[in-house]
Amino acid sequence: MPAPAQRRIIFQHIDEPGYTNDLACYQRHGGYEVLKKAVTRKPEELIDEVKKSGLRGRGGAGFPCGVKWGLVDRKSGKPIYLIVNADESEPGTFKDRYIMHQDPHQLIEGTMISCFANNVKQAYIYIRGEMPHGARILEKAIAEARAANFVGPNILGTGYSCEIFIHRGAGAYICGEETGLIESLEGKRANPRIKPPYFPAVLGLYQCPTIVNNVETLCHVKYIVEHGGEAYTKIGTPGNTGTRIFCVSGHVQRPGYYEFEAGKITMGQLLNEVCGGPLPGRTFKAVIPGGSSAKVMRFGERYKGKRKLGADLVDYDWGVEDVPMDFDCLAMVGTMGGSGGVIVMDDTVNMVEALANINAFYSHESCGQCTPCREGALWMKKITTRMVHGLARNEDAALLKSVADQIPGRTICAFGEACSWPTQSFIAKFGDEFKGYPEAKKAAKPANANELV
Amino acid sequence: MNLKPATLSSIDEVITHYPSKRSATLPLLHLIQEDIGHIPEEAIPWIAGKLEIQPINVYEVVSFYPMFRRQPIGRRHIKVCRTLSCALMGGYKTCAAFEQEFNTHRGEVSPDGEVTIDFVECLASCGTAPVVLIDDDLHEKVDATKVKQLSEQIKKEKAERLKS
Repeated sequence: MPAPAQRRIIFQHIDEPGYTNDLACYQRHGGYEVLKKAVTRKPEELIDEVKKSGLRGRGGAGFPCGVKWGLVDRKSGKPIYLIVNADESEPGTFKDRYIMHQDPHQLIEGTMISCFANNVKQAYIYIRGEMPHGARILEKAIAEARAANFVGPNILGTGYSCEIFIHRGAGAYICGEETGLIESLEGKRANPRIKPPYFPAVLGLYQCPTIVNNVETLCHVKYIVEHGGEAYTKIGTPGNTGTRIFCVSGHVQRPGYYEFEAGKITMGQLLNEVCGGPLPGRTFKAVIPGGSSAKVMRFGERYKGKRKLGADLVDYDWGVEDVPMDFDCLAMVGTMGGSGGVIVMDDTVNMVEALANINAFYSHESCGQCTPCREGALWMKKITTRMVHGLARNEDAALLKSVADQIPGRTICAFGEACSWPTQSFIAKFGDEFKGYPEAKKAAKPANANELV
Repeated sequence: MNLKPATLSSIDEVITHYPSKRSATLPLLHLIQEDIGHIPEEAIPWIAGKLEIQPINVYEVVSFYPMFRRQPIGRRHIKVCRTLSCALMGGYKTCAAFEQEFNTHRGEVSPDGEVTIDFVECLASCGTAPVVLIDDDLHEKVDATKVKQLSEQIKKEKAERLKS
């Protein structure tokens, strides 16, 4: 079956010739019309539209946005904050970058609609420190929006006021975790908080109710408020509504970002047709479907089971290429859709070396407050690095697995899972390569193989 | 602390963005690093005084976030992405090529004081790997040819600076 056409609702203007990131251009394309209408409606109606839409968060966890908003403590008498999570750092993910750099007003409009719906008076955009231009572009865009009365006091004469400020991170991946992000915004180390009791919706920023939403999620909110929650559910598939932006990187002919209706495209269509297949003379070996912490898939393996299709239970028997790219199907085959970052590895890659690269990342980024993660991530890195650059032993696979198995479920935040899943899945899927590594490393590497660690 | 007047006014402005002064710790560190080039020892008690917190509160932040540096570096900062997607496309070669161009090793200041090369983790531009951040500017698909071009540019700018 040929791949469906892209459906660009969020990336509509990305890379469009002549489209600039200033207010005038945004307004020529209908910008801020949705906000103008939204502020004449009841906030509860807007929340209902988002609930009806089934929108799931695009930061990685896929938690329903309407449910998240529904959990906010509105009776505390404390101010409610909204934080835009623009700390895009999951390896393999590069979508929010383009929204912020090329279409910042789309994010600001989505943010203001969400703030109005939730009676938020103060929002912060927490952007990665490594995106200084992005921060400046957003600051300029906010100033333009403020001058046009879309942000700031008495917005559009409604009596509703809301301010947005930019807050820059400083190179720590853990700030993408929402409670770590909140700590960081409070001026501290980004050590995630324990839940309960520190659910952001109840005890978030400054111990006040706080909504943390991803950049792309807030852009979807704007689309939903414009077209209605009901209309949004017609895009994508039940349970996976709307579009998804896939960020494809690694060994394909045409890496890049592609927006499709959720669940309407398979991994095979995405990689072979949209991205042009493997590089010349090579074959696909493995793919990580949702950011580097998602469990790896091995080309050639099969996934079998039963799944719900409408009211029926049907059998499925899929290869990697057959798996529909949505949260639920990817979860069914033992991995996750995560942030949409698809990393492709071909037959020049040695999986021990690829894992060593990933382990170095997680070891560097562990915040260090929970021992299993701090020590476990470090030792997984040390072992895989030793295998590559020092002595590799046949029993290393079992040792690595024993370290990885002791981390998940024993940490304050999901980083424990994120850092152990790569090791667990690489060993489960490519155990032969780990066992054979002491022999394999004696042989010459393929001439076109790149050093990975 | 010898900060530029523009930095001082930015500092006073940014503090007003937050209901709690302590929240301005990261913004102040960024502003000071942009002004001076690194975070000198004296900046820590200075920020603490400004934000009415303890010096340890500032120190623990400086030591946590990779972007803050305690020592001066080269005039130009070349950050090469090390993470998987870039490594798959030759990021390690890119880093080695820069090291050779400037006769230095990552983490060090080049002998002429011009550059510091570092490996950094994912820069969120994996589709155009390998990527390199030079000061504030992102450069995409940095292969051997592009390393050469970028290095020539940096050397040219150095020569022009020395002339003037």
